[in-house]
Amino acid sequence: MNDVGIQPTALAPAAFKSAIKPIWCPGCGDFSVLSAITKALAMIGRPPHEVAIVSGIGCSSRIPAYTSCYGLHGVHGRALAAATGLKLARPDLTVLVTGGDGDGYSIGGNHFLHACRRNVDLTYVVMDNHVYGMTKGQPSPTTEPDWDSKLAPGGTHIRVFHPLVVALAAGANFVARAFSGDPNGTAALIAQAIRHPGFSFVEILSPCVTFRPEQREWKTQVRAAPVGPTDDPVRAAHRVMTDDGFNIGVLYAGSRAPYVPERRASPATVADLEAEFRV
Amino acid sequence: MNTDVAQTLEAFMAQALAMELEAMQRYSDLADAMEMHNNREVAELFRKMSVIESKHAAQIMSEMGWKEPPPLPAAPGWEGFEAAETISLDDVHYLMRPWHALQLALRAEERAERFFARLAQAATAEPVRKAALELQQEEHQHVELVRAWLAKVPQPDPDWAHDPDPPRYDH
Repeated sequence: MNDVGIQPTALAPAAFKSAIKPIWCPGCGDFSVLSAITKALAMIGRPPHEVAIVSGIGCSSRIPAYTSCYGLHGVHGRALAAATGLKLARPDLTVLVTGGDGDGYSIGGNHFLHACRRNVDLTYVVMDNHVYGMTKGQPSPTTEPDWDSKLAPGGTHIRVFHPLVVALAAGANFVARAFSGDPNGTAALIAQAIRHPGFSFVEILSPCVTFRPEQREWKTQVRAAPVGPTDDPVRAAHRVMTDDGFNIGVLYAGSRAPYVPERRASPATVADLEAEFRV
Repeated sequence: MNTDVAQTLEAFMAQALAMELEAMQRYSDLADAMEMHNNREVAELFRKMSVIESKHAAQIMSEMGWKEPPPLPAAPGWEGFEAAETISLDDVHYLMRPWHALQLALRAEERAERFFARLAQAATAEPVRKAALELQQEEHQHVELVRAWLAKVPQPDPDWAHDPDPPRYDH
């Protein structure tokens, strides 16, 4: 939740879409996630100019351009760092961070850990398709060890990264899993994540129909988690380590206070600012 | 199977409207995606379907005297993640032909017909039952229209998905 009052407005999801059409492959799960984000923002009711969407690099990181909100399509893996700076400088904005599993868990893995730990009031939406799609299908940190492809013959034989468990261990204040094939449920979940104070992490299973066509079967595998959220990170971690990866819903909702730095008055002049850095 | 049935005509028609609007938006998104991949024939077909669904939505709005769509009921009663008439996003292919697109549209209309048939059977309020039967009939007509359209469209060649420069190179 932002530290300013959110007044509901009659904004429709279409108000959050830009005139730029997505270039994703037809069938890509990211279309649904874009739709879910615009629906979630409509539910939140803040106008587009009070929302910023920050991303790194990859197919899913193209999302800021497809919305009418302020956006930053930044450096690979550094979206969380840029978003943290933005939120601290402009706490009045609702700040969303969007990206994929490669951008977030590999190149940006360290930022992910520390964003969870810092607990700045951000919402991080990761579209996980277990592959680097934009660069022709290399294995990512969440790729199954035995996934056989021309770029990784016989598979990588490297165990997968567990983003939800890592987020819990590192201190994220809200952790959830969603499925792109459920855009309405995903929208409600993203809205809930935005409203929750602190660092909220939403992992969305979002099939890559080009490099992982077998992921079309995910729609027959996902189901609502049989139990509701907990405020106990140990219980949440145990739950997510023992499920098959296809339970969707809020896993953990904590009550840790978000990090808000002490704000100092800005230096009055450029000369004052220069003086601050003088050695 | 979800057998939750709206208790009032207004709630039921709000559900029916939500279904048409969702289908309209999905067809529009698919048309955009196909345009972007230069599959103009299929883009045009999805665009037409979107316009048709928008007319169905407008008809419901007019019949109910609504100026703006009412809020969707909290539990809209879909049997899956999305409404019966919505084509699943991952059922499309960038090289698909109009025949494939019409097959998807046909399945969507058939699902919608079955959906309203089930609601008509389960409804306890007479106005809801009557409206569900009417919508079932309308969906049945749509099924027949799409079938007639499909009969005029050639079946694709067996190698319709062949791309001389594919995005993915298999072993």
